[in-house]
Amino acid sequence: MLLNQFLVLAAALFAMGVYGLLVRRNMVLILLSVELMLNAVNINLIAFESYLVTPEAVGQIFAIFVITVAAAEVGIGLAIVLMIFRNRKSANVDDLSLMRW
Amino acid sequence: MEWFDSWGLAIIVFLPVVGGLLLGFISNDNEDALKRTGLVVAVLTFVASLVLIGQFDYSSSTYNSYQFEINEPWIAAINANFHVGVDGISLPLLVLSTFIVVLAVIYSWNHWDEPKNPKGFLILMMILATGMNGTFVALDLVLFFIFFEIVLLPMYFMIGIWGDKTPRKVAGFTKEFETRLYASIKFFLFTLFGSAFMLLGFLALYFESGKFGERTFDIPQLTELGAGGAFSGTFAFLVFGAMFLGFAVKVPMFPFHTWLPDAHTAAPTVGSVLLAAILLKLGSYGFIRISLPILPDEARNWASFIAILAVIGIIYGSLACLAQSDMKRLIAFSSVGHMGFVMLGIATMTDIGINAAIIGMVAHGLITGLLFFLAGSMQHRYHTREMDRLGGNIKLMPVMGGILAFTAMASLGLPGLAGFWGEFMSLVSAYNPLPGLSLGVFRTSMVIGAIGTVLTAGYMLWMLQKVNLGEPSDEWEGHDLPDVDRFEMAAWVPMIVLIVVIGFFPNFIFNTTTDTVTSMVETVFNSDTTAARTMIGG
Amino acid sequence: MVSGLYNLALVTAQEGEHFELHAGDGGFWADTAGIMLVLPVLAFLLILVVGKRMKHKGGEIAVAALAINLVWASVLFYLNATGGVLDQTTFEIGRIGSGLVFELGWVVDGLSILMFWLVNFVGLLVFIYALGYMKGDKRVDWFFAAFSLFAGAMLILVGAPNLIQLIIGWEGVGLASYFLIGFYWEDLANVKAGNKAFMVNKLADVGLVLGAILVGVALGSWDFGDINLAAFEGNAELAAVAGVGGLLLFIGAMGKSAQFPFHIWLPDAMAGPTPVSALMHAATMVTAGIYLMARLFPLYEYMASDLRTTMIVIGTITLLGVGLLAIVADDIKKVLAYSTVSQLGYMMTAMAAGGYTAGLFHLFTHAAFKALLFLCAGSVIHAVHSNNMSEMGGLRKYTPVTFWTWIVGALALSGIGLSGFWSKDEILGTLSHEGYEAVMWISVAGAFVTAFYMARATFLTFFGTYKGHGEPHESPRIMTVPLIILAVPSALVGIVNIPGLSLGRLRNYTEWLSVRLVPMGDHHPEAIDWGLAMIGLAAALLGVLVGYAIYFKDAETQLERDSFEIPLLFPLLRKKYYIDDLALGIVALFTGPIARFVNWTNTYVIDIIPNAIGGSVKALGGFVYGVLDQKGVDGVFNGLSAATDGAGSVVRKWQTGRVQQYAAAVVAGALILVALFVFVI
Repeated sequence: MLLNQFLVLAAALFAMGVYGLLVRRNMVLILLSVELMLNAVNINLIAFESYLVTPEAVGQIFAIFVITVAAAEVGIGLAIVLMIFRNRKSANVDDLSLMRW
Repeated sequence: MEWFDSWGLAIIVFLPVVGGLLLGFISNDNEDALKRTGLVVAVLTFVASLVLIGQFDYSSSTYNSYQFEINEPWIAAINANFHVGVDGISLPLLVLSTFIVVLAVIYSWNHWDEPKNPKGFLILMMILATGMNGTFVALDLVLFFIFFEIVLLPMYFMIGIWGDKTPRKVAGFTKEFETRLYASIKFFLFTLFGSAFMLLGFLALYFESGKFGERTFDIPQLTELGAGGAFSGTFAFLVFGAMFLGFAVKVPMFPFHTWLPDAHTAAPTVGSVLLAAILLKLGSYGFIRISLPILPDEARNWASFIAILAVIGIIYGSLACLAQSDMKRLIAFSSVGHMGFVMLGIATMTDIGINAAIIGMVAHGLITGLLFFLAGSMQHRYHTREMDRLGGNIKLMPVMGGILAFTAMASLGLPGLAGFWGEFMSLVSAYNPLPGLSLGVFRTSMVIGAIGTVLTAGYMLWMLQKVNLGEPSDEWEGHDLPDVDRFEMAAWVPMIVLIVVIGFFPNFIFNTTTDTVTSMVETVFNSDTTAARTMIGG
Repeated sequence: MVSGLYNLALVTAQEGEHFELHAGDGGFWADTAGIMLVLPVLAFLLILVVGKRMKHKGGEIAVAALAINLVWASVLFYLNATGGVLDQTTFEIGRIGSGLVFELGWVVDGLSILMFWLVNFVGLLVFIYALGYMKGDKRVDWFFAAFSLFAGAMLILVGAPNLIQLIIGWEGVGLASYFLIGFYWEDLANVKAGNKAFMVNKLADVGLVLGAILVGVALGSWDFGDINLAAFEGNAELAAVAGVGGLLLFIGAMGKSAQFPFHIWLPDAMAGPTPVSALMHAATMVTAGIYLMARLFPLYEYMASDLRTTMIVIGTITLLGVGLLAIVADDIKKVLAYSTVSQLGYMMTAMAAGGYTAGLFHLFTHAAFKALLFLCAGSVIHAVHSNNMSEMGGLRKYTPVTFWTWIVGALALSGIGLSGFWSKDEILGTLSHEGYEAVMWISVAGAFVTAFYMARATFLTFFGTYKGHGEPHESPRIMTVPLIILAVPSALVGIVNIPGLSLGRLRNYTEWLSVRLVPMGDHHPEAIDWGLAMIGLAAALLGVLVGYAIYFKDAETQLERDSFEIPLLFPLLRKKYYIDDLALGIVALFTGPIARFVNWTNTYVIDIIPNAIGGSVKALGGFVYGVLDQKGVDGVFNGLSAATDGAGSVVRKWQTGRVQQYAAAVVAGALILVALFVFVI
């Protein structure tokens, strides 16, 4: 049974996502990195499901749930990014430090 | 007037707040209707208190028997009752309170501080009136506490909203605050700080009273227990100390006075007047009504301490006055000195001393209230309180200057005006305090207090010289400086008349107070006032 | 209202054959004598209201009030002179329990009648004079209002049946004098003179008030009758406090009567209009202290006699030391002012030595001639528009009426023949009789000094040639008539108390004044002691002679006038013995450094304890604010709120607004959790 390979792939994807989240300055890329992390989780969920095989198919259901949430999140996130870009001609997060004291 | 006996005090206490509610329904634009309603309510309350004077039975005013009593169950779970009543001690102060509120409304007629909003201001004034009147008649500690605290809120908003907007530096902070914000918060926190301890003291009394029967907040019952020696030792010490903090902050006694100059300086004119005339008396009244009678033995232990603080206050306040450049601040500091005489009288725990304190309170209410009215009116015209810029006021505004001179003279305790009796009798009482108290402390206090009167005269004359006399500064040339207008006249003349009447006929107050106070001293301190002191007459 | 005759039976029963007093109760006039106390005060109010609209700006009202008063005073004076009047009316104004009673009212006896008459008589003449003097001045209505208050307060004072009312009148006089001295308040120098007068008096009043408390509480009464009676009878309670109480009351009297070192206010009080000075120096204000001593004479005579030495020393220093100051003054009013202080010293010395009648007799004659001299000075000032004698000279030709009346006054004051001679002689006699020989010789020296500076003032002002500006002119009749009227008593009033001389039905001064509840116990000479009288007269004549030699010698050439100098002494006198500087220094200390220190403490130190508490909390957020401002202490609440505020401003720095920093924190946290799971569990 292939499990370790999937977990390694997921871990690699997740790490890439974290890296992108912390390092990238472009908001679109940050969103993409978040997507990467979410999808890494999805891979984990599917891999464990096929390994354990629960009667309620918990893994698939969670994966679908995550995809739904991710879609909604990206939708709203991109919309915000778009509006910010329109207003400020920039998608750089460093320019957006208004939400502080 | 059967019904008045059972309803009179409720009317006096709650009519203002009902009026305030009524004001809430009047449109903000209809200023005249607002003012008229406010005036009618204030006058009705005052008339009710006059009826009280008329109906009051002076012959049977012994201590701890109250008239016009109302005693209804209120919060049964803690045995707190709606218990109110008046005796010879509270009656003059209650009438002073209703009286000053009327004058304050009249004065406000065309003197609104920014941002005007007469509706809000009048409503606050009405709530304040209820709190003040209630404190003077409450005979239940919970009720007393609630009224005592109700007073706080309207005054907080008066200072915070209508107060002085100039920024000022505050020690400890790097940024600047608007004076009104700083002062209102300081006023609120100081008083709250004191009254938190006071409440603790009240609760302690409540629980302790359980040892002698049902637990109670009732002041007359507690007084009876106290006179029987129920509270003593460390318990009494702690309770007295807690209540002392609450009342001393309000008086204010040295060294709890630092809120007073700030609050007075920042407050709008009417706020200053009510603060000086009535609010300060809540503290000294608390001493006479609650601290001394309930804890008489402990009070003896504290008497010297209170007297020393009082005398420090007299000298300290007067000296601080001499360093002020702001007229209102000077008057505020003078209150510290004058209330020092009141507290000295209370500390002697004699009938003369407590009578001195009461007449001192009334006189201070009238005189300092009038001084603040004057300071406010002058600020309206000159837009400054800096005494260095004023001068020659009596030339620019002869009537205003004349009234200022009169009031300053009254304030420095000129014999023949109201302020004299409080000071003089407080010194008389300090010569012979309650037997058992330290003669050395009190007689020294008497001498120092007498020297304090010289300093008082000094700063008052100095203020007159700076503000009233000399040639007016050039900067006022061409300014429109109208002399006293009719609303000011209407508000001030009654005060002036009373200052003179009390000055030449102190029985005006003593007739009411003396029997109650004498019997209080006799019953509470077991002191035979006639044996302790031979007849003083002439 | 209590009215009626004193219980004389009581007194006579006490003293039996030693003291018998025949007096009536004055009937209607005594019962209504209170009108004299009320009228001027009413006039004060009335003038304030309607004065502006009247022709003489309310002067009419003031004059009318005193004129009516003078009727009462004169009738009472006559009744007392012929038979004696003793009466007291009081009503209660305050009562505490059964013990403490405050009363107002009026006492009518030999002493108060004398003062009533003096105040009203001198007051009326000065008021009339002022109608002319003040004409065209500013605020004339206010002048007459305050002037009426001045007279009214003095009448309340002298009519007081008890110490409380005396204090009311006492401070009322002080108040009115404050108004009048600072009458030209546009100039702050005048205001300061008024302040000085008020403050010096107020300081001395501490003595009066404390003394009143001591005596009143010990005895249980503030009534003068009770106090004097108790002193006479040797009441034990009063005796216990008589020494301290008497001294305190004496300090009060020193203030009003300008005894050394409280005399510093009086010369400055010249800042007011001249009629004010005339009234203040003759009948009101400065006589109040002497009056208090006289009113309480039995207390000092029978009980507090230990104080005699102190009082005499003070009086003697005043009569000679302050008198010397008049020699160097250039301001004609200041010469008279110092001379008043000096004469008050005579009165106080006499009173202290046990000369009740002698002291009051000098007060009586002095009132007449000093009022006259001041009004003359006012007339001179009116003529030359200057107070300084260096700008006068030769006025004898321009103002003859003023000159001759001045001469009468000056001779009287110097004790040469006229009224002052008799009263000064009586003082010398008393001192000699009571055994104060040294003091008597100092008084003789004082007489020499008096005559000397009066000679100087006279020669500098009226002789030689005129050195001022413009053409001097005699004053209008409304001013000169009072001068002439006053000159008569100044010259002649001495005869009322020439020892051994009786005025028939009118008896004499000694008997007028002895109409008191308690015998005064002072000594009255049976006949004139010519030896003593000649010594006094010789001293005075010598003074005039020396003055003539120094100041008249080049009257015509005008070269060296007033250049006479005694090294060391004159410079010291010009500095007024540095007492004023000393007093000003003390005042400056209080208004300056001390007041500032208190204010500073209030702002920065008073809440040192709260601040310490607040400071420890503040240390948490303290590094944000760095070192606290050294001065930063205005209370625990400032400290507490600042601390909270400070802690917040540290923590909020963590909220950078940078998403990725937050994310990094999350990741770091996650890694730490992972590490925990892996390596710890």
